[in-house]
Amino acid sequence: MAHEHATSAAHDDHDHKPHGWRRWVYATNHKDIGTMYLVFACTMFFIGGGMALGIRAELWKPGLQLVDPGLFNELTTMHALIMIFGAVMPAWTGFANWLIPMQVGAPDMALPRLNNFSFWILPFAFTILIGSMFVPGGGPAGGWTLYPPLSLQAGDSFPMTIFAIHLMGASSIMGAINVIVTIMNMRAPGMVMLRMPLFVWSWLITAYLLIAVMPVLAGAVTMLLTDHFFGTTFFTAAGGGDPVMFQHIFWFFGHPEVYILILPAFGIVSEVIPAFSRKPIFGYETMVYAIASIAFLSFIVWAHHMFTVGMPLAGQLFFMLATMLIAVPTGVKVFNWTATMWRGSLSFEPPMLFALAFLFLFTIGGFSGLMLAIVPADFQYHDTYFVVAHFHYVLVPGAIFAIMAGVYYWLPKWTGHMYNLKLGTLHFWLSAIFVNVLFFPQHFLGLAGMPRRIPDYAVQFTDWNMVSTIGAFGFGFSQLILVWIVWQAARGGERARARAWEGAHGLEWELPSPPPYHSWETPPSPGVIARGAEH
Amino acid sequence: MIRKTMTSLAALAVAVLAPAAVAQATGAAQTSGWGLLNMTEGVTEISRRIYDLHMLIFWVCVVIGIVVFGAMFWSIVKFRKSTGSVPDTKMVHNTKVEIIWTFVPVVILVAMAVPAANTLIEIEDTRDTGLTIKVTGFQWGWQYEYLDSGVRFFSRLDRDSDAARRLESGVDVTKIPHYLLNVDNPVVVPAGVKVRLLVTASDVIHAWWVPAFGMKKDAIPGFINEMWFEVDPDKTGIYRGQCAELCGRDHAFMPIVADVRSKADFDAWLKAKAAEQKPAEQAPPEAPAETPPAEQPSAEPTAADPAAEAPVLSARS
Repeated sequence: MAHEHATSAAHDDHDHKPHGWRRWVYATNHKDIGTMYLVFACTMFFIGGGMALGIRAELWKPGLQLVDPGLFNELTTMHALIMIFGAVMPAWTGFANWLIPMQVGAPDMALPRLNNFSFWILPFAFTILIGSMFVPGGGPAGGWTLYPPLSLQAGDSFPMTIFAIHLMGASSIMGAINVIVTIMNMRAPGMVMLRMPLFVWSWLITAYLLIAVMPVLAGAVTMLLTDHFFGTTFFTAAGGGDPVMFQHIFWFFGHPEVYILILPAFGIVSEVIPAFSRKPIFGYETMVYAIASIAFLSFIVWAHHMFTVGMPLAGQLFFMLATMLIAVPTGVKVFNWTATMWRGSLSFEPPMLFALAFLFLFTIGGFSGLMLAIVPADFQYHDTYFVVAHFHYVLVPGAIFAIMAGVYYWLPKWTGHMYNLKLGTLHFWLSAIFVNVLFFPQHFLGLAGMPRRIPDYAVQFTDWNMVSTIGAFGFGFSQLILVWIVWQAARGGERARARAWEGAHGLEWELPSPPPYHSWETPPSPGVIARGAEH
Repeated sequence: MIRKTMTSLAALAVAVLAPAAVAQATGAAQTSGWGLLNMTEGVTEISRRIYDLHMLIFWVCVVIGIVVFGAMFWSIVKFRKSTGSVPDTKMVHNTKVEIIWTFVPVVILVAMAVPAANTLIEIEDTRDTGLTIKVTGFQWGWQYEYLDSGVRFFSRLDRDSDAARRLESGVDVTKIPHYLLNVDNPVVVPAGVKVRLLVTASDVIHAWWVPAFGMKKDAIPGFINEMWFEVDPDKTGIYRGQCAELCGRDHAFMPIVADVRSKADFDAWLKAKAAEQKPAEQAPPEAPAETPPAEQPSAEPTAADPAAEAPVLSARS
């Protein structure tokens, strides 16, 4: 009954897709839209990365050399907004589009026109956001968290930023609805929930998080907008409001948001590690429950981002304990990944290398996260480079490395061509070394007392800042290798087999490489599903 | 090839960490920035307890890391396809092991939460304070008001740093003493007294932070936050910090300098300061706190100078 869509799409192999620009602007095909999402994310990754290099260049030595403090604040704000909403989130939606229909045995996403709409909003949203840097008063410079009253001091960029965030939120919600409807209604017969690949599970839960919290963000920024233009005082003490209330609302969105950025990464790593260990994932069901528990806990820990605002003791204790609790399901996941490798038969192609680096470095980010949960210690760590090091460890060698692992894993499937493995390995080693040169010294800087979001610093912080800047430029330029590899694979090369990797399991590997335009025109047989579901 | 690379990585790690360990062990004088690797113990009972908590959880993480990373490395080295390892595809589930690695972390977390909660309860105990100073953050500086004696003054970035920090100022900032960490009028506080700060702001959110005192508190316009510190009686000297909450373009340029004096010296200073500010009371009404005067009269150049000369943590006789 849930599969009427599948039969309606079952026509002959000619896909009748429009050609030229129409194929992309009118796109309703999940692969075309997925490709556009990934290309968009990559573009934003380089724009946001360019801003990061501007920040690191200014921080090369004390004194102001390149940018003035106002522009520096714009760069930090825009770097975060672009990387979060422009690079990582669209990359995950791109993966969802490409993989979920293939992995659950569906011909396409459930809502193809909504899919088109949710993608095509994004270029407009980011044109407005980036364009806001060129209006009188400069771009948003109050940090991506938009704390009032500071964010209300912005110039003409203010309504543009808010409008861009509204658009991004609408796009994310549409993408999330599409994912949920596809997973709930388009699974092939026999693809029961607890047979779904962990990537699908992680995205299902992520999609619910998105639907739960993006409206909260929309509400928060709308209140900022009315405070600025319509005389309301939600966040102004003089009118009976409270600036801290914004922080509570923002982080009620913001903490689930960081899991929105990392849960699909868990899903990808849970696909890649078994494939290159040639062994099913250890504790499949526990992995599902762990993702669900993390998602639940993400709703009750938000105030750990704001321990210094002056909360009641009971509140601080609650948020400390709840935050520490997250270490339990996260630990279970790390242990299960390790157990998956245990007594496996490991090989080290680029996807596996990136997944392994994820495993080690995300765990380091987890350790510093645990340290930050300890409230008294957080009074020292808060708003220092220690925090910057922490969240970059979970987001760069965490989310971004998982994206790399996913790209290298599925690239042969997507393009039908094997890519240059040697070059991929080189890209891995350069990334893995430079990312540590870039972010590890920031732990030292933070502990030694360097606040975050400053364009200039006291001279004793110079040495480690120089190291960090060297790492930043090394890491940034290494990423060009990835673009070259993807470009080469898209243009041609050795033909990839349907099962491009010996240990790969899952329905997408039962389709030829590249897969047909409408992935599963007839649902896969139960035997194929059983073979694919050996997780 | 990978094994070779891993060996060289390990060598690199040792090369990076060994000097760090030496600096830790010897408590090397921080003449260069390379030795600045860890939190300072600070000069208050609370800051030392925070430091101990920080080190406790750090070592807990190190031990867990050794176990977990050890298992990962062992898998990577031992179970390689290239050395003929055969996968054990039946190893997909083990309830006993999974229960163990769920509950062992819970126990560790509880063990860490107890001392953390105890310290937190002590930090939040703002009773029995001996002196109250109201601290108001503004864009971009601080105002201090000694509520019991009516002494009040502004504290801003010192002129040398302020001139040097301009874009293309042409000044070698490494020659400026305490570049960006020096002010015209430091806040003077007594050692051995529980000092309560009432922290607020007049425009946007700021945060008052002196790392050596172990505490940081947001300064929020329209609200008053409380924090306190009690510097050890023998730890008089100059302590420096910065605004810790992004507050606009000059966020990096509103340092905090605390001049900790003995109780007697402090009382003398406060008395002199109060007498000095008395005539000002009869003068035309002062500018309100929200709008600091554009040109802060350098009330006592002599007080600012020793701060500029004094090395960090110098003892004051």
